[in-house]
Amino acid sequence: MNKFSWYEAKSVEDAIEQANSTVSEEIYTPTGKASIYKSGGIDVWDMVKEGLIAPQMIVNVRNIKGLDKMSFDPDSGLSIGANVTLTEIEQSPEVSEHYTALQQAVAHAATPQLRNMSTLAGNLAQRTRCWYFRSADHPCMRKGGDRCYARSQQTGQNENHAILDNGSCVSLHASSVATALLAYEASIVYLDAKGESHEVPIEDFFVSPSQDIWRENILSPGDLITEIKVPTPSSGTRSHYVKQVARESYDWSLADVAVVAKMNGNKCEKITIALGAAAPTPVRAYRAEEALINQVINKESAKLAGETAMASARPLTMNGYKVPLFLTTISQALLEIA
Amino acid sequence: MEKRKEIFPLGIPGHNLGEIEREIDNTEPPAWPINEELKEVGKRINRIDARAKVTGQAKYTSDMQLPGMLYAKFLRANVPHATIRSIDTSKAENLPGVHAVHIVRNTSEEGEASETFPGVKYVGQPLAGVAADTLDIAKEAVSLIEVNYDEKSFVIDLEDAMQPDAPLVFDAPMGAQVDGGDVGVVHEGDKGEGNLRGPSTSSFYGGPRGDVEQGFAEADVIVEQTYRTQVHTHMPLETHGVVIDWTSDEMLVYASTQNTANVRNELADYFDLPKSKVRVICDFMGGGFGAKHSAGSFGPMAATLSKKTGRPVWLMIDRKEEHLAEGNRPNSIQTLKIGARNDGTLTAIDQKSYGTAGVGLGAGVGRVAQVLYECPNFRTEQYDVLTHAGPGAAWRAPGNVQGAFGVEQAIDELAEKLSMDPLALRDKIDKSEVRRVERMRGAERFGWSQRKKAGSSQGTIKKGMGMAQSCWPRFVTLNSSVEVRVLNDGSVEIRSSVQDIGTGTKTVLAQVVAEELGLKTTDITVRIGDTLFPDGPGSGGSVVTGSITPPARNAAYEVKMKLFEQLAAKWETESGKLVARDGQILHIEDASKKIAFKEALRGMRTGQITATASRTNDYGGFQQPWGLAYGDLGSVQFAEVSVNTDTGFVKVDRIVAAHSCGRPLNIGQLESQINGGVIQGVSYALYENRVMDSSTGHFMNANAHQYKVPYSMEIPEIEIEIVEEYTASSSTDAYGIGEPANIATAVAIANAVYNAIGVRIYEIPITPARILKALNKVYE
Ligand SMILES: Cc1cc2nc3c(=O)[nH]c(=O)nc-3n(C[C@H](O)[C@H](O)[C@H](O)COP(=O)(O)OP(=O)(O)OC[C@H]3O[C@@H](n4cnc5c(N)ncnc54)[C@H](O)[C@@H]3O)c2cc1C
Repeated sequence: MNKFSWYEAKSVEDAIEQANSTVSEEIYTPTGKASIYKSGGIDVWDMVKEGLIAPQMIVNVRNIKGLDKMSFDPDSGLSIGANVTLTEIEQSPEVSEHYTALQQAVAHAATPQLRNMSTLAGNLAQRTRCWYFRSADHPCMRKGGDRCYARSQQTGQNENHAILDNGSCVSLHASSVATALLAYEASIVYLDAKGESHEVPIEDFFVSPSQDIWRENILSPGDLITEIKVPTPSSGTRSHYVKQVARESYDWSLADVAVVAKMNGNKCEKITIALGAAAPTPVRAYRAEEALINQVINKESAKLAGETAMASARPLTMNGYKVPLFLTTISQALLEIA
Repeated sequence: MEKRKEIFPLGIPGHNLGEIEREIDNTEPPAWPINEELKEVGKRINRIDARAKVTGQAKYTSDMQLPGMLYAKFLRANVPHATIRSIDTSKAENLPGVHAVHIVRNTSEEGEASETFPGVKYVGQPLAGVAADTLDIAKEAVSLIEVNYDEKSFVIDLEDAMQPDAPLVFDAPMGAQVDGGDVGVVHEGDKGEGNLRGPSTSSFYGGPRGDVEQGFAEADVIVEQTYRTQVHTHMPLETHGVVIDWTSDEMLVYASTQNTANVRNELADYFDLPKSKVRVICDFMGGGFGAKHSAGSFGPMAATLSKKTGRPVWLMIDRKEEHLAEGNRPNSIQTLKIGARNDGTLTAIDQKSYGTAGVGLGAGVGRVAQVLYECPNFRTEQYDVLTHAGPGAAWRAPGNVQGAFGVEQAIDELAEKLSMDPLALRDKIDKSEVRRVERMRGAERFGWSQRKKAGSSQGTIKKGMGMAQSCWPRFVTLNSSVEVRVLNDGSVEIRSSVQDIGTGTKTVLAQVVAEELGLKTTDITVRIGDTLFPDGPGSGGSVVTGSITPPARNAAYEVKMKLFEQLAAKWETESGKLVARDGQILHIEDASKKIAFKEALRGMRTGQITATASRTNDYGGFQQPWGLAYGDLGSVQFAEVSVNTDTGFVKVDRIVAAHSCGRPLNIGQLESQINGGVIQGVSYALYENRVMDSSTGHFMNANAHQYKVPYSMEIPEIEIEIVEEYTASSSTDAYGIGEPANIATAVAIANAVYNAIGVRIYEIPITPARILKALNKVYE
């Protein structure tokens, strides 16, 4: 770990100003430089300790007043401040009542101790856990190198890696909470360097490496997330989240699926299906969703939806098992809301 | 020496308990009856250091804070194979707060081109060390050291390393020190071609037997299969390390070690010091599992930095370093062929194995195949394959855990082919009486009769039951000494260099001495883990309880007899008429002659009575004169699993573990050891796996989240059946349990998985990927 200075931000303006007027060695962004924000610090410290970033200054946003609020309003939906912790979301009665899949996703992320520390903004902005990316000794594509070690036919250790959208870097996005937020069509509110506010659908927030290898989301260095908005599900909505792991107590997901559906009787009127740990970003299974519109959700249609979602899967050398795992997981999540 | 005859209990209570008369030395104490009739021994007594541990008062090596102490950090190689052209430490040395930098120089004769630096042979090899005011400064200094490598081609994968054109790990006879794998392994300097060393064909149980070809010709049924096990690294909560203060008088070493005496010996040898000038202390120890017997590279490094700076030096390695460089259980590819007659009688066992302990040796897996079952025709060929990876080290029952994974699946398969129940087949071919009882009692407790035909479980989540068994030799370290002294206030102290690595050695020593002196366990002060005291055994091979408790009892007995003599003189009676019981010393015939133990020494000639005893030979002698006792430490474990055939997820629901270890000394501690062994077995079967990238030679999951060990939800219900077995071997007749507890679990799980899904998994860890593949659910 290198030496760095520490700035305790008092307000969002203060944080943006500090971050953008100082220069840290930001992680692998040829696009601009600013000091790094730290919220819960789980990922920031891991990156610093692994020698992946060597910031000169860390701007602590954890104690900014107002960023830790969460509220629910039937008209405007759920508003989650950037600094709300995963534990707070997990334990919120409103989240449990209106956003079953989100509650389930948060409750299955990491460990109780980590959830106490982790903030939602930090969770969404954390970097991939691909072991090649996380090793300073492997100059992979995401770090300015010219190869994806994991994709190598001969030597890639890719048992956990992407089966969809894996033509470039094959890493997975690390957030399993994002899978549920994607299914709810949440949006992310952030301030840019000039202090201007932007709101983007979560789907556009995440960036595939095939679009831009340098980033995992649209934030430029110095951009600050302030809020995550989740629309109120219309009445008759049911949702469910399933996470598959090798180790139950806590683990990174091998496959996770969130479904949010508006049901009319036993027919599906509107549905979103989000897949985590399938691709370098959380992805929607649009074709599968389409296949279910106006259908009864049952064993057959759920199976078909899974197969449709996996039709474009291209497993790597070691992760072929993830295809049947997703088939099962998609069906399982769908049958829970049937 | 004068001898006398004594009657000892012999056999298994509730099964075949009897008696035997043995002739023993007069210095040996009288025979103890079975546990039922004892007060402190064989009971569920709390650890005497439990309070210190749970309140955080227990000080581990990494907690040591000495005045003026510096923190040290290693620089480690980040390439797998190279010659070092130069190492530039100037920037590190100029960093404020840095006190010393030391570069590892070539001392071995391994024939590398560089004369100055040892050749780099694996990622993580220590190259240099820095001592600084803080750990952060030391780390920063390490990052400032520049190493100029001449990189060479390397080989990581076991099968690649066996190819004729594979890059060589050692091009001359090996100079590397071999740290315990299985016994009967390939030895340093053994012949070998390329990266292959061996074969090893024998162990201390002898060599090949009979005629294997003939045996197969006589067989009605043959099973032949290849089994694979992974590289399994040690993950003790406390990593390896030392705190060393080398002053002009002596070298004081706090070490996280399984063997204080050996660390002293190694450091004395290394620095050419008299052993009396090196003192090694290990008060509390946070786990080692076999990898912590030596001073390692951290010992000499910390000592050197301490000498250079004149200050104490703290050098604990971190989790990543622990994974990379401080030991692992070698992997294995074993081919096993077993022949049997229709009645189950084994006719031949033929085994061939390859394994890699990286740059070390010790990947043999042969002993289980050699000794678990009676079979007249036996042959083994075990090869070590060198690769550019961190050295292996002993890991809880080295070789046996891998070996059992093959043998006990093969026997399961054989039983099925013979249409025999797996237990019935073992009743036929296993001559061990204690395992017969373990099978009986274990099966009863487990509900083995409920087991269904393989693959017959219905639904998505399939249930299965399996079992497996193991043996472990009764090793005894004769160089095991302990001093017992009674001070004039009646307080009692036990002293030995033997360390308590968390297994409860302190407590069993106190129990044994308390029993002998008629006191309570809590009356006894135990000072161990310090080489100032008489040499105790290393905590490996499950030797400790069997080696150190008999001399502890003998020393207590000697002290007691000296005390009785003084009292007898005062009371004008014979010492043979006195007994120590319930905190008192009494005359067996004269009720007026009675004194509290605490008072007995007051006003005596000397302020203390002391005796030191060493391990004597087993009463019935040894199988091998160096301390291989008769009998074995048998275990039978039963596993129940649920397999989700849609996700491939395996859950171990329940383990019933039936174990024996001679006379059990402390039931709670035994259960704790068995729990630990079972949990590590679950972990080995389902989770742990070193992932290496063979294009870079790096260990990709060298951390504590992607290198998976089980946590609370992965841990099955564990039920333990302890079978008392008396063999009239020593004054305590007790043995250890550490290693036996770990051998059978993984293969019992594998057998249960087969019973659940009807398809065998021949490779561990049994991951969702492997299950789905076995069920033909993966499209390639
Ligand atoms: C062992 C382990 C297991 C885990 N398992 C899971 C899991 O199963 N599922 C899952 O989803 N996660 C998992 N995690 C990840 C964990 O949830 C995240 O590391 C955590 O949520 C990060 O939150 P934080 O507040 O600590 O972020 P920080 O470490 O403070 O920040 C992370 C990143 O977000 C940026 N950032 C923080 N706040 C803002 C902001 N307001 N605006 C813009 N950028 C910001 C930081 O600059 C940094 O780049 C696991 C982590 C560990 C260590």
